[in-house]
Formats: sequence, C-alpha cells, structure tokens
Amino acid sequence: MLSRAADALYWMCRYAERAENVSRFLDVSLQVTLDLPDSFGDPWAGVIAATGERDAFMARYGKPTRDAIVRFLSVDTQSPNSIVSCISRARDNARSIREAISSETWEQINKWYLLVREAAVTSTIVEDPHDFLSAVKEASHLFVGVTYLTMTHGEGWHFGRLGRLLERADQTSRIVDAKQALLQARPASVGASLDEIHLSSLLRSVSAFEMYRKRYGGFEHKHVIEFLVIDKLFPRSIRHCLSKAQRSLHAITGTPWDEATTPPERLLGRLAAEYEFTSVDEILEAGLHEHLDELQLKLNAVGASIFETFFARQQESAAELPLEPEAPVAPAAQTQSQSQSTN
Amino acid sequence: MELSKYEIGAFFDEMFDSEGRPRPGCELIARTLSTLPEADLLRRQRAAERSLLHMGITFNVYGHEQGTEKILPFDLVPRVIPAKEWSRLSRGLAQRTRALNLFIDDIYHAKRILTDGVVPRDIVLSATSYLPGCEGLDPPGGVWCHINGTDLVRDSDSQYYVLEDNLRCPSGVSYVLHNRQQMKRTFPRVFEESRVRPVDIYPSELLRVLQNVRPRGVATPQVVVLSPGPFNSAYSEHSFLSQQMGVELVEPTDLVVQDGFVWMRTTRGLSRVDVIYRRVDDTFIDPLVFRRDSLLGVPGIMSVVRAGRVTLANAPGTGVADDKVVYAFVPQIIKYYLGEDAILPNVPTYLCSDDKQRDHVLANLPKLVVKAANESGGYGMLIGPSASAAERASFADRIRSNPRNYIAQPVLGLSRVPTLFGDVLEGRHVDLRPYILHGGDDIFVVPGGLTRVALKKGSLVVNSSQGGGSKDTWVLADDASSRNGAAC
Repeated sequence: MLSRAADALYWMCRYAERAENVSRFLDVSLQVTLDLPDSFGDPWAGVIAATGERDAFMARYGKPTRDAIVRFLSVDTQSPNSIVSCISRARDNARSIREAISSETWEQINKWYLLVREAAVTSTIVEDPHDFLSAVKEASHLFVGVTYLTMTHGEGWHFGRLGRLLERADQTSRIVDAKQALLQARPASVGASLDEIHLSSLLRSVSAFEMYRKRYGGFEHKHVIEFLVIDKLFPRSIRHCLSKAQRSLHAITGTPWDEATTPPERLLGRLAAEYEFTSVDEILEAGLHEHLDELQLKLNAVGASIFETFFARQQESAAELPLEPEAPVAPAAQTQSQSQSTN
Repeated sequence: MELSKYEIGAFFDEMFDSEGRPRPGCELIARTLSTLPEADLLRRQRAAERSLLHMGITFNVYGHEQGTEKILPFDLVPRVIPAKEWSRLSRGLAQRTRALNLFIDDIYHAKRILTDGVVPRDIVLSATSYLPGCEGLDPPGGVWCHINGTDLVRDSDSQYYVLEDNLRCPSGVSYVLHNRQQMKRTFPRVFEESRVRPVDIYPSELLRVLQNVRPRGVATPQVVVLSPGPFNSAYSEHSFLSQQMGVELVEPTDLVVQDGFVWMRTTRGLSRVDVIYRRVDDTFIDPLVFRRDSLLGVPGIMSVVRAGRVTLANAPGTGVADDKVVYAFVPQIIKYYLGEDAILPNVPTYLCSDDKQRDHVLANLPKLVVKAANESGGYGMLIGPSASAAERASFADRIRSNPRNYIAQPVLGLSRVPTLFGDVLEGRHVDLRPYILHGGDDIFVVPGGLTRVALKKGSLVVNSSQGGGSKDTWVLADDASSRNGAAC
C-alpha cells in the first residue's frame, strides 16, 4: 500500500487511542479527587503533573484549578493532546485516506469529530464533563469495533493496530507512572484506605477494576502493578499491547514469527520478550518510575524505526528537480507528535 | 403540504405546467408532496442533510479559514426528466463530445480546421488553455476528453441550451450518487413507481473507460486517482470515486518518474502506475513542461505520457475546447467533423474580440451576461441586470483592455423547480450538468446528472461557491404514465 496511506492509518489509530486514554484519565481524576480527604490538600497540581504537560498548562492557565484542567484536557483546541485536538488529528489522517479505510470507519470517526467539536462550544462541558467523557470512550470503542468488523485484516489494518497498541502501551505506562507518583507523595498520616482509593482509581482508569478483582481479589500495590504491566491477557497491560503489536508488525512484513529482518522487528521483538520474561519483583527492585521511563524511550525508538522503514519517502528523484525553492516533497511525516513529553 | 399556493411565475417550471397541473412524469411526486404533512417533509429534509454531514460529504470553502468544510445544501424535491426528452439530450451530448474530441486531436496535430478557416486560428492559438506542450500527443484510442460535464440550461421558451463545456476535470458527480442515495431513503415508494433510471453504475463505467485507455502492451493496468490533497475543494469526491472504483488515491508526492515510467511509493517500494485519473488542473501536472511553480505536479510525467507509457485522463490540453470563445464555434465544429447539425443549440454568444459585436455588448451591458473566457465556478462574471453602474463600468474597461478574454450572452430565464424552504415550496432557478464518458469505442451519458439550484430568491447563479445547492435528477425509464397507487 502507499507509504502515505500506511502512515496515516497508523496515526489515525494512535490519535484515536490517545483521545480515549485522555478521557479515561480525566474521568477518573475527577472522581478520585472527590474521595480524597481534605487533609490531602489540593489534588489538581498532582493531576496536571501526571499528564506530563505541566509546563504547557501553566503557560496557558497559570493556576491548576479543576475547571482549567478539565478544559485543557478536553476541549482546548490549543492544547496539543486535548481530546478535541487528538480527534481532529485522527480525523485529518482518516480524511486523507478515505479510500483506504471502510466507509463505516470514516463515518464513525467523522461522527466522533462532530461530537467533540460540538462539545467544544457547549458551555456546560467544563461544569459537567462526565457524559462527554463517557461518550468519547464509547465512540472510541465503536471506532475500534467498526474498524475490526468492516476492514480486511490486511496490511492497512495491521498498520492501524500497530499504531493503536504502541500508543496504548505508552499511555498505560504513563497512567501507572502518574499514580505511582501520587502514592509515594501521600502524607504518612494517611493510611491504607487512601492507598486503596488510589489503586482502585488507577485500575478504573484503564477499565481494569473488575478484571483485577477476579484475578487477585484484594488491593495490593504489587499485584496492581503486575496486572497492568505484565499480565498476559488483560488488553491494556503493557505486555499484552507489545505482544499484539509485534504480531501486527510481522503480519505487515511477512517475516516468520521467530525471525526479524527489519530494524523495527528487532527492536519491538526485544522489548516484547523483555516483558514476557520479567517478574514484578524485578521491576520494583529496579524502580518502577525508572523502568517506565526507559520503556517510553524504547517505544519512541520503535516508532522512529517504523517511520524509517515504512513511511519515509525515498528522495532520490526529487533531486532531479531543477526548481529553485523547495522540492515538492512533503517534510517527514514523523512530525506528527511521536509522543507526549516525558516528565 | 398545500401545493395550490405554489407560484409558477413567468419561467418554465420543471414540475408544473402554466395551469398548475403536474407535467407528465411528475404526477406521483406532486401527489406525494401534497399529501405529506409539512412537518414530515421537513423532518426528512433534515435527516438527509444530517446524513450527508455524518458521511463527511463536504466541499472546502476557499477564502475562509483553512479546512472549512460545508455540505452542499440538498433539496428533497427532485427534477424530473421524461424519457423522450432525455433521449434527445443524451444524443446531443454524445454528438458534442465526439466532435470536441476530434477538434482537440486536430488542434494538437494538423490543425485542418484552422487551415480551412472554420475556426479563426488566432482565437485558438491565443487561448490560455491551448498548451503548446501537448503538440503531437497521441493519447491511446485517440481519446482526449474521457470525462466531461456539460452545463445545460432551459430558457423560458422551454428549449435546452448548452451553457458551457467542462472538458478538464469537471466535478460534482459524487453528489449525483449521494443525492440519489438520499432520495431512495426518503421517498422509496415514489422512487420505485416512477421508474427512475439508475445512476449507480457510474463508478463501474468510469473504471471501464480508464482501463480501456491503458497504455499499449499493458494487460491489467494499475489505475489511480490523482488528487491535489485534502485541502482541495473537491477532495471528498476524489476519495469517494477512488473508493468506489477500488483504486488508490494518490497525491502528487506519492508519484515519481523513474526509468521512463511513473511509479507510486508504497510500503514495499515503488509500484508502477499505468492510468491516472487526474483531478489536478493540466497546467499544474508537470512543472518541467507547464507551470514551473507548480507544487501539485509530478516532474517529468509528460515525457512518460508522450512515450505512451502512462495515460492521463483527461489528457492535458483539452481545455482548449472549453474556452468560452471557442465555445461560440462548437456548432460549426460539429458540422465540420461529423457533417451533422448540432442537436443541442448554443446560447447566442457575442465575441468581444470582434469590433462590431464588442460595440453591441458595450452598448447593452445592462441586458447581458459577460463571462471571462477561461474562468469557471461563477467567478469573473458580470450579470448585467443585477450589477451596479460602477460594476458595469469596471467590466467595460476590462473588456476594452482585453477583448479576446470576454464573451457576452443574453440573460436567460433559467427554468425553475419547486424547492423546500421551511414549510413552503418556492420556485428556484436550476441548471443541469450531465456527465459524459468517452472510452474510445463508445460514449456513455449517465442517465441523470447534477441539478444545481440557486437557493437565493431570484438568483441565477447556481455555483456551490456562490450559495447554490443541489437536487436529485430523475431520468424516467419510459414515458408511460406512472402506475397508480398511493405512495410516499
């Protein structure tokens, strides 16, 4: 398929996935702040720090209040990773490849876009964002389902899934990391019940609460981390995302499962294997934060090598062009934001 | 809905005769409209527009914030064309297309028609759309204009006239297909009983034409649609057509010329392209041959076209035949190449390059429509009766300083079709753009077309960029009066 189309499919799914995660994160943050004891102080500074976009936020709003944060993450078109920005970019990508995706897929993302655009001008959205956030999540699930059911599971679909799963692995690691910071920051006087609030909100933010309960029962820090990072079957665990992403990558290249011929296959294979054969004790021993930081760097490297291998346009013929100013070849598409900044 | 209040007016009404009786073929739809409660009609109209918005069937508005998308307003009341009327239109359109194609081929080769003095040499060679870079080009099957959209209007005398030809990359056909889909959902029963001819075969016919004009020696051609990209006003049509044909939609930067062929860049390297349905204007197609400042082109592509290794549809250079001055000679062009009289008449046209005719135009500006020879989309146009004195004066200056670039025509009383506004029907002026495909062996005229409607009261300008909307066009399969039976 066209390199440009593969690139757009990959980013369409990444941005859609990011929008869903932002809405999950925001929804849970709103709920958990209601459960916190007053002695905890203002929780919103912690929330904005957890997004990794504290500087961008402070530059625009100055003070981390609830309303400002809700606006910043949901309907602020100037904020690069707000829900409305993510969906706009997902749709821009979809729009540039409408012939490569099914009509149903296009229509779903277009409706999703119309939904968030309408919300962006609704005055009550900041006051009462719950319905909006639920609608965004639901639209995302529809999008994934429609894509699954109406598109051939060929090269294009796998590029989409690859993008979605790498994004999801990245987002799960950010959410875990953020909550980790909150857990460590708690005042010593507050006991186990606060831990429980945080752990259950962490689980809920990735829709893992019920599945975790079935698997482990009680809340224990170590088990929650184990479930979200290296559970084999939970669809938002990092390990699961990496292993499914690896399958899509191999479906694209056609390389046998136990071989690697391209740079992204080697990088992603190594990373996925690491999560298959590690234990939660090893991770905690090395330091969860350090571990997740390193993961995000490795994910960036995988993304860059996917770009190099599949999307970068060969420039050989552009050189023949005797035109004076800029060659008519678009700049590298990698400029779509590879990931959010790391804090 | 009360139809007795509908005002026919002094124009030809496509649905009712001057006594207010439905015209043949319109009885069923008129009855349906009269029995439907207003609220119901309004609800159906809204549902249709919402569905177009959800499907993202939009055009980009230039001059606004980049990426401003709008749906083309869609009106539920169809324009009906009886079978007999259509058969004449379709023969006339095929005739015109055949003759214009021979004309273009002649102009870029022997120029017999100029030597024989049928069309003045300086008019053709001074047309901005005449491209010297296309001299001697031999497109497969001798086909230059594969896809045409010819604008027709009906005057108060009930006669159809050809308003202009669009032989480069006419747009709008996707609305024909979408509008039809909406109407099938909105009035399924009337639709079925009126025996409306289908238009859905268009993408298949288009693909057949494109495959048919493949370069010599290619067994199964790779066909692509070339679009300037998502910011082009007709982008949603480009993607729709490639999706319906199941071919790749490429942008200029996806293509590259190498080793004498055109290739597209894929995830598995370069892949050869044989036929390009280009929706990029011809002067932008190759910066090495035409506009050097074009960023929408593929450098070197014309050398591949010349070598017969890739086919462009439409071929570059076809614009010479839709120049508005050349237009005035089309009846003679038809006679010259086919030995036939034109089936469809032209609108009487004054050429400002001719001293006498120019004097007449300048003296009668308030009664005339003046058009620039090489503009479209309703731009570069003066509608005498509604223009201010200042506008007329400025146009007169333009005509005097560049007479070759202007023509003038009498103001036509374009026919009207009832159009829904809130809960009343009002007559609005329409034109008709049928689509004609020339595949070498035969010419196919889509039974239908885009009926564009000027939504502003009294307005004669139907272009989407100027506040126009569209309607479904029903070409009836036969003229036997429709079967009885309630319908909606």
